[in-house]
Amino acid sequence: MTPVLEVRNLTKRFPGIVANDAVNFTLEAGEIHALLGENGAGKSTLMNMLYGLYRPDEGDIVLNGTVAHINGANDAIRRGLGMVHQHFMLVPTLTVAENIILGNEVVNGLLIDIHRAQQRIRELADSFGLAIPVDALVQDLPVGVQQRVEIVKALYRGADILILDEPTAVLTPQEADDLFVVIRRLKAQGKSIIFISHKLREVLALADRISVLRRGKLVGSTTPSQANEASLASMMVGRDVVLHIDKSAAQPGEVILDVAHLNAVDERGMRALNDVSFQVRAGEIVGIAGVQGNGQTELVEAITGLQAPQSGSITVAGQAIGGRGTNVAIDAGMGHIPEDRHHHGLILSYSVADNMVLSTYDVAPFARGMVIDETAIMEQAERLVQQYDVRTPSATALASTLSGGNQQKVVVARELARPLKLLVAAQPTRGLDVGSIEFIHKSIVAQRDQGSGVLLVSAELDEILSLADRILVMFHGEIIAELSAANADRNQIGLLMAGVRSDTGVRS
Amino acid sequence: MSTTSSIAMRLRSWGSALLLPGLAIFTALVIGAIIIVATGADVLSAYGGLFMGAIGTPRAIAYTLVDATPYIFGGLAVLIGFRGGLFNIGVEGQIAVGSMCAAIVGAFVELPPGLHALAAFTAGALGGAIWGAIPGWLRARTGAHEVITTIMFNYIAIRTTDYLIKVPFLDTESSAQRTPFIASGAEIPFIFGEDYRLHFGFVIALAVAFLTNWILQRTILGFEIRTVGANPDAAHYAGMDVPRTIVSTMALSGLLAGMAGAVQVLGLEHNLKAAFSAGYGFDSIAIALLAASNPLGVIPAAIFWGALRNGAGLMQLNSGISINLINIVQALVIAFVAADQIVRQLYRIRSSKGNAMSLTRGWGR
Repeated sequence: MTPVLEVRNLTKRFPGIVANDAVNFTLEAGEIHALLGENGAGKSTLMNMLYGLYRPDEGDIVLNGTVAHINGANDAIRRGLGMVHQHFMLVPTLTVAENIILGNEVVNGLLIDIHRAQQRIRELADSFGLAIPVDALVQDLPVGVQQRVEIVKALYRGADILILDEPTAVLTPQEADDLFVVIRRLKAQGKSIIFISHKLREVLALADRISVLRRGKLVGSTTPSQANEASLASMMVGRDVVLHIDKSAAQPGEVILDVAHLNAVDERGMRALNDVSFQVRAGEIVGIAGVQGNGQTELVEAITGLQAPQSGSITVAGQAIGGRGTNVAIDAGMGHIPEDRHHHGLILSYSVADNMVLSTYDVAPFARGMVIDETAIMEQAERLVQQYDVRTPSATALASTLSGGNQQKVVVARELARPLKLLVAAQPTRGLDVGSIEFIHKSIVAQRDQGSGVLLVSAELDEILSLADRILVMFHGEIIAELSAANADRNQIGLLMAGVRSDTGVRS
Repeated sequence: MSTTSSIAMRLRSWGSALLLPGLAIFTALVIGAIIIVATGADVLSAYGGLFMGAIGTPRAIAYTLVDATPYIFGGLAVLIGFRGGLFNIGVEGQIAVGSMCAAIVGAFVELPPGLHALAAFTAGALGGAIWGAIPGWLRARTGAHEVITTIMFNYIAIRTTDYLIKVPFLDTESSAQRTPFIASGAEIPFIFGEDYRLHFGFVIALAVAFLTNWILQRTILGFEIRTVGANPDAAHYAGMDVPRTIVSTMALSGLLAGMAGAVQVLGLEHNLKAAFSAGYGFDSIAIALLAASNPLGVIPAAIFWGALRNGAGLMQLNSGISINLINIVQALVIAFVAADQIVRQLYRIRSSKGNAMSLTRGWGR
């Protein structure tokens, strides 16, 4: 049988790099084909060529047996390709139905016939078992539902081939399971699916076939029955990878961070933290598990001084810092690996060296009086680039030219270069390649072993389970459970993350 | 070896920095030529006149530099706002306040010569700084967008200055509507005598351009301004006082604008006439754009602007082409600099990543 999609020797070059090097890839009808690869391996380039956003330099894209020259996203949609981006392309202030028909409106004369559109969308969604509230505003929907809207949008435009780009990045384990049910149902109804991910476990659970990209080359294809996590990881990285972190038992010392009765609101004024209290001791890693959007962002912003809390106290090594700004937190000995490195962590238009003094530019040895000492800045930068294995042509290269993993290493290097009492690490490895994750995890454990307290906030349960000595679960702005890492159970935490309280370890 | 390569790198980066503005100017002049032909005049005599009038004689060169002087200060004022993520449209008003303060101190305060000039210059600079700091404070405290507030502050400044010139500080011994002449000890001296009009204000302008570059690149304050301009959230994250930096940026911007007004009064006019500024503040925005955010780039950009302005008269005399053509050429230059994609398309220049200039962080943020 002819594959619905075939990619033959596809090559795409960018200045200085071959992003896709003679890639061959087939997608059979009714198949779930996972595309696995580190950041920068060329997954996005490949998908953008399929979606008509880039033109291949060499090679062919074959759709249902005929060579196709896909000319832009609209052409791709016409040919039955649908893409669900990692960052949703939805207008928050429009309803679900309006979002779905956007650019493809059902019209009645000059007017949009929204009722007819809603009817059609409902029928379509029901036929795939995808429940979506067609007249709700997108901004009021949970992320998992927004994602379903994106899928229905693609189906509405007649997609037979669905490309899902890192679809589980924003979901709870349970929401991800729901998504897998949806994907399997789509498959049963004859749709073909390309599932892009870097999460090995998911790929093994869902895919019919797995192809691995590394540095622009397709290094192999396999099936879940022939592969396991370790074999996939080494295919991705090109060497054996330590998936488990070797760390000794924690040696908790005195209390470093004391958070008491913290209340805060989010940027829309909704209650985000509800009477949160906990402590972090020197020499331990406390992990906060939870689905994104359950108050973790606000908790980190309050502790690090980015946002003043409404009430409650925050003390670092005995010094009250709550609501007194970022500089007070930094002076108290806090380091902060922020959740969004582009938003907070880096000045992309600055050099690596300047980024490494973002919060120490005004103290010796980097400043003498009013004047900045570039030599001292360069010396530190060269030392840190070496020590943290930042892959950059030089310390004067702009941060924007580095890969995500190396950008994050710049942030980590900068924060750990100061003497720290407390490290707050928020989603420290989000979107990074396996090699960088390994390195950053080791750095965090090393910081703990030097006697710092570490507060780790992560939406990746695996990260919490492998790093934390103690685990707190956040749900709806409250800490609903505390578990020691030794007797933590993945399923139990997953349920707690969804707000289902069991008996063990639950705080009253 | 490393020094040679760093010099080569610097030369290359200078070359690429000059490429786009150069092509923008060239393209604008070509279109200007087409307009000249379309109106039936002779391109050679028109542009010949423009050239001769601008830099054809030592005197023309001196006059061009005189015209460039306030543009250098004004361009730096707008530019430092750009670097700090702020769009200071209030340079016009800050120039008005600066020239008023300099004229008052120059004419109504008695001080020893030299010191008097210094005091009057400082008064002008500080007046501009305060006038710039207020919208900065409003932005930092209340989020009121500086584009709106500085436009409003322009009206207040210009009308108030007009009143001060016409009523309390009017020179009653003159029939013209102007303030009295400043004391000779408050004047910034001419370099080659009164005939060439070129005064030491131009030299001060050059020095201030280098100083501004140094402040932006080498000082704590400059680092803070650039960081807040590039990413205020990251600046806050790193422990910087973002509101204070916004006020400092606007004050510094106003300070430079105030200097523009002060040198014009102390170096050239020696009094302050009603409606004196004639749009220096708005042309300064164009100059900052042409300079592509580089303080040293302001110098050639301002001299070019001064040359166009200065050469226009002879162009009109030679070819009968209206001076207004120069406004069209200036407008085209700015359009091509601002919309550099047009120039890149025209001359097939690949856009380099990370080079984009952000003028302002947009509305309501």
